[in-house]
Amino acid sequence: MTSLPANRSTKRLGLVIDLDICVGCHACATNCKEWNSGGHAAPLTDLNPYGADPDGVWFNRIHSYEVSGPLDAITVHFPRSCLHCEKPACVEVCPTGASFKRAEDGIVLVAEDLCIGCKLCSWACPYGAREYDPSEGVMKKCTLCVDRIYNENLAPEERVPACVACCPVGARHFGDLGDPESAVSILVAERQGADLMPELGYQPTNKYLPPRPRRDRALNDKDPRCLDPVAAADKIGSSLHPFLRWVDRMLGDR
Amino acid sequence: MHPALSVILFTVLSGIGTGMLVWLPVNLGIGDLPAPGIAQWSADRWFGVAAFCVAFGTIAAGLVSSTFHLGHPERAWRAFSQWRSSWLSREGVMSVALFVPTGLFALGVVLFQRADGWWLVAGFVGATFCLVTTFCTAMIYASLTPVRAWNQVDVPLNYIVLSLASGAAWLVAIARLFDQPFSYADLGLVGAAVLGLTWKRSYWKLIDRIHAGRDEPGPTTESAIGIARTRAQTARPLDPPHTEQNYLMKEMGFVVARRHALKLRRLTMLFAFILPVALWFLSVWLIAPVAAVLLLIGAISMTAGLLIERWLFFAEAKHTITLYYRGN
Repeated sequence: MTSLPANRSTKRLGLVIDLDICVGCHACATNCKEWNSGGHAAPLTDLNPYGADPDGVWFNRIHSYEVSGPLDAITVHFPRSCLHCEKPACVEVCPTGASFKRAEDGIVLVAEDLCIGCKLCSWACPYGAREYDPSEGVMKKCTLCVDRIYNENLAPEERVPACVACCPVGARHFGDLGDPESAVSILVAERQGADLMPELGYQPTNKYLPPRPRRDRALNDKDPRCLDPVAAADKIGSSLHPFLRWVDRMLGDR
Repeated sequence: MHPALSVILFTVLSGIGTGMLVWLPVNLGIGDLPAPGIAQWSADRWFGVAAFCVAFGTIAAGLVSSTFHLGHPERAWRAFSQWRSSWLSREGVMSVALFVPTGLFALGVVLFQRADGWWLVAGFVGATFCLVTTFCTAMIYASLTPVRAWNQVDVPLNYIVLSLASGAAWLVAIARLFDQPFSYADLGLVGAAVLGLTWKRSYWKLIDRIHAGRDEPGPTTESAIGIARTRAQTARPLDPPHTEQNYLMKEMGFVVARRHALKLRRLTMLFAFILPVALWFLSVWLIAPVAAVLLLIGAISMTAGLLIERWLFFAEAKHTITLYYRGN
């Protein structure tokens, strides 16, 4: 059934990702690929992996952005994966019943033996969480490691998604965001965790903690501001007399 | 969005077929009621065979073509199950259900040469099913919030008008071949083409406004990575997550040069609207066989124009995933 579950429990399992801490090492994406190549959605196919144009299915993609504020610019590494939304349009558009949202914990999954590979769910997801596997002919997506988090064959501390288990800086947290007392909910409240594209109304479960505003201190302190851009220096240079500019070029090493 | 040939063929072909099945009961069932000079078509057997063959043929060809882009076409029957939530499923159910009433109507016309009483009722029920099918097809796209160019009320209206125009174009051409008189479909051809042209132009203006950021503000790269709420900051992509194109970029990051888009819009206007209407006006003054040939050329021209129009409908639409990869 691709209608959303009527009797949803209050449990909302999801991730909290700290953009202030993430160093963009891609370890979460790598461990995700490793685990899920043998997990619920296996195989996680790669196409032409050693050729000139490698392609493949990944559940987690790490983007890096330059975020410019009024004073300075910082690099923000941004892991992008399924947000297990409360209003997942990807589930509702599915014509076959292959996509579904679990009533008991809110995890969004694909039943691959029902999927016809029409790709409409990937169009309905604004976050690009779903990737089509052309060799299997079905859609694949993050399972929130449903085969780890309830897995009694694993040690209790390992019953977290693979991406959380391996993060070397502790930028990823897993828990119940429907419980206001849980560690992740408290973290989100303290750090003003944000929804991605809240204006679209998908009500994502996963939250992103924005970078801390540390750079603003430069306003008050005598700290050095950012360096003058090189391009501006060149502009000054171009107003010089051509002869002086030639001298400048001969003397300088640029 | 990537313009998949199978989906373009499907939407254009089934639009022609459903459009024809809307006009058929109107022209066969309603006589010279309001407007002078409009005559009722006769339920001629061979005209019926030709018209219903083209209508059912295009719908069936469209349905078959739509399965070509599926990863598992053999499971396509499962798509009839989720009509409660999915427009794609509703469209699937309706496109098969419409064959029942329209098939009955075709039986009446072809076997018994009758288009009155219950046969006509079946025809009009079929016409309603056809309109609903086209509406469902359009809603598959119009319901997708991540694609703002599609998430507009114009989209279902456009689809219905273009289906009526192309259905009328083919039906009038076939009718003239069988010496059927001037009727409602003739008016429909001109009216829907003019309406389609006007609407399409206003739609293009609307999506130009959206893509130039002159419409209501939509999601930005800042809101896409969750920093919009906190500080006055701007974000631009620095390092991509992968060096080669992946599924998302191929499927939803389709780039079409602005220059080509303008050229293709002009071709759409010429082939889909201006040429068919001009040929129709010309055909009014000519004897039946020549008129039929001109109208056939008009119908083919409109189909070609709508194929370009549908290509643009996909190619020009932008998905929010491009905010992550391209920053706009």
